[in-house]
Amino acid sequence: MENLENFRKDTKAWLEENCPPEMRKPMGPGDVVWGGRDCKFPHPDAKLWLERMGEKGWTCPTWPKEYGGGGLSFDENKILQEELMAVRARPALSSFGIWMLGPALLEFASEEQKKKYIPDIVKGKIRWCQGYSEPGSGSDLASLKTKAEDKGDHFLVNGQKVWTSYADDCDMIFTLVRTGPLEPKHDGISFLLIDMDQPGVTTKPIKLISGKSPFCETFFDDAVVPKENLISDLNKGWDVAKRLLQHERNMIAGMGLGGGSSSKKKKDQPVSSGMATMAKTYAGEENGKLADPALRQKIASFDINSHAFSLTLKRASEESKLSNSGPSPASSMFKYYGSESNKLRYELMLEAMGTKALGWEGEGFGPAELAITREWLRTKANSIEGGTSEVQLNIIAKRVLDLPQ
Amino acid sequence: MSLILNEEQIFLKDSAKKFAAEKTPTKHFREIRDSEISNCYDEKVWSEMVSLGWTGILVPEEYGGSNFGVAGISSILEELGRTLTPSPLFSTAVVGVSLIKHANEEIKKEILSKVVQTGLKLSFAIEESNRHAPLNISCLAEKAGEDYIIKGEKSFVLDGGFADKFIVATRTSKNPGDKTGISLFIIDSDSKGLEVTPTKMVDSRNAANIKFNEVKVHSSRMIGDEGQGFEVIESVLDISRAAISAEMLGGALEAYEITIDYLKEREQFGSKIGSFQALQHRAAIMFSELELCKSCVVESITSFDEGGNDSERLASLAKAKVGEVFHLISNESVQMHGGVGVTDEYDIGLYLKRARVAEQIFGNSDYHKNRYAELTGY
Repeated sequence: MENLENFRKDTKAWLEENCPPEMRKPMGPGDVVWGGRDCKFPHPDAKLWLERMGEKGWTCPTWPKEYGGGGLSFDENKILQEELMAVRARPALSSFGIWMLGPALLEFASEEQKKKYIPDIVKGKIRWCQGYSEPGSGSDLASLKTKAEDKGDHFLVNGQKVWTSYADDCDMIFTLVRTGPLEPKHDGISFLLIDMDQPGVTTKPIKLISGKSPFCETFFDDAVVPKENLISDLNKGWDVAKRLLQHERNMIAGMGLGGGSSSKKKKDQPVSSGMATMAKTYAGEENGKLADPALRQKIASFDINSHAFSLTLKRASEESKLSNSGPSPASSMFKYYGSESNKLRYELMLEAMGTKALGWEGEGFGPAELAITREWLRTKANSIEGGTSEVQLNIIAKRVLDLPQ
Repeated sequence: MSLILNEEQIFLKDSAKKFAAEKTPTKHFREIRDSEISNCYDEKVWSEMVSLGWTGILVPEEYGGSNFGVAGISSILEELGRTLTPSPLFSTAVVGVSLIKHANEEIKKEILSKVVQTGLKLSFAIEESNRHAPLNISCLAEKAGEDYIIKGEKSFVLDGGFADKFIVATRTSKNPGDKTGISLFIIDSDSKGLEVTPTKMVDSRNAANIKFNEVKVHSSRMIGDEGQGFEVIESVLDISRAAISAEMLGGALEAYEITIDYLKEREQFGSKIGSFQALQHRAAIMFSELELCKSCVVESITSFDEGGNDSERLASLAKAKVGEVFHLISNESVQMHGGVGVTDEYDIGLYLKRARVAEQIFGNSDYHKNRYAELTGY
């Protein structure tokens, strides 16, 4: 305990000195730092902040020190997060390398591969995207057809991936490719890292109903991939993929948080619900109560579920600390609940705001209102990406409840 | 608050699990239900609970209890909820004891020690209408010298048919709906003018309707100050809501597990019915909802013992969420059992019956959603 208190003291002091003032201001939509070879920083301080955090390994606080991570324990990381929150520090780096690829590499990659790729993830030097889905392989991911042919010292890759997030801005892509037969489908898949800076790889953005293009199609035409980019054994990629999906699901589950009144009650401070406060602004209030009783009831249900969900995430993290295990099939439960809850959150905002939430662009709507409209449309993908809600329920039924197949 | 039980609480939970398996499986509940015992509880089982110290879990050590806390007694109730164990434990050791703890020293010494040693049974008479409404108290207590005279009626008095003493919520001033003017009295069950009519509920447990025909009670039998009873009531109700949520969680978990087992064994169309996606998804949703319930219950029951400052809201969170999920699971379980689900032979219908009664105890889900919203500032 004494060590932890010292750690808190040191962390506080370090943050005081090293977190630039500009990085303590609320973030706008364009302020996310994704890293990469051509990383765009919204402000010079963002670059400084990433360098400092990357140097400490605190962009990936619990990863081992030998690969550039912070090497912190569960409790130390908790303190770090609390102290970061206390100074309202922006995340120094957001990346699929941190959320998805890194944890899988730590588990499945060779020593050489870990040394090569993980430090660059920690420092944000390489921006990664995920090449899993294909036009013909959505929920039935294992039916994928993108082929990697063994050409002696390298693989030659041909095929197409879809829903590759931000592929047009990324440096490298982690992919599932077919290196074996189509049947049994799970046994011919390998996990391959591909450099996108080559003529054999091209990307094309997909325009979504929100009007934005966070996803791309990615095409491989005789893309050349060195043999040492294969993670785990040949045709054993599905094990890596499943594990990585669990990490992805945990990440998406996190979206189910926030907005509700799930925050811990502070002494002498009344609790409040973000959703209800917003609804009062648009739908009015009477004697402190939200004026529309039906909407109030729905928001209360939402807040209760959101509160219960955040407690459950916390409980799972405490339990996994006790049993020292990583994500489990139950992460499908978090993915299912988190994404459904996030969709509901935006539906309720729309209901509360009425026509104010239905603007597309231009006059008559505030920027925040227009952003909510677009984000509402974006949330419709939450229960599709990373495995649909239906796929999550299948996984729970099979792997957790052990129901007959 | 803790989201994981400590060793002491786990120990209590384990011993309750063992107790329920050995002494009060659902078979035991059925035997009592089908016997001539109208009270729907077993004296022998009750005295074993007393000798295990369960009635003293919320009682401070100076009165002979163990003071193991709300999380301790709730963990026991969760396990007893799994086998639908009928007993006066909730009414006495949770609601009754929590009320008496607000009384004066003399009363505490007298009553708490008897609860711990001999299993004196307590019952709380608060409700007057068909739905939980703790402010709507019109049962009158009029001062007459050193005494008060109580006139009025109470309903849905849990375990009221066989209680030794009642704690009754009365109005000594102001009007129904007012927070002030409510006073609590302790009444012996053999008091003159007290008319107790046991009512057998759908879950075969006992509640009672009570008429107070000018029942005389001495002013020394008041809990707390005159007119200030509501504060006591609210704090006791919150403990009780958390504890009954734990019992309901136990029932929901058991109904769910029985159903999952059935899905794995029942065959139709040449397959186990658990292989059908139409049922798999619903089972997976039940699993997910139960995980949320577990978190709400453990957070809520530990908040009282750890001096949390959000206990009221957490009690409503737990009662609202668990009530809704027990409702869902009790319905789904019967449906997934098909025809046998509506037979008396299968246990699953017993959980449906218990669910509906427990949902009503101290506020159903709608009541607590509304309260949660109020406590959250909207």
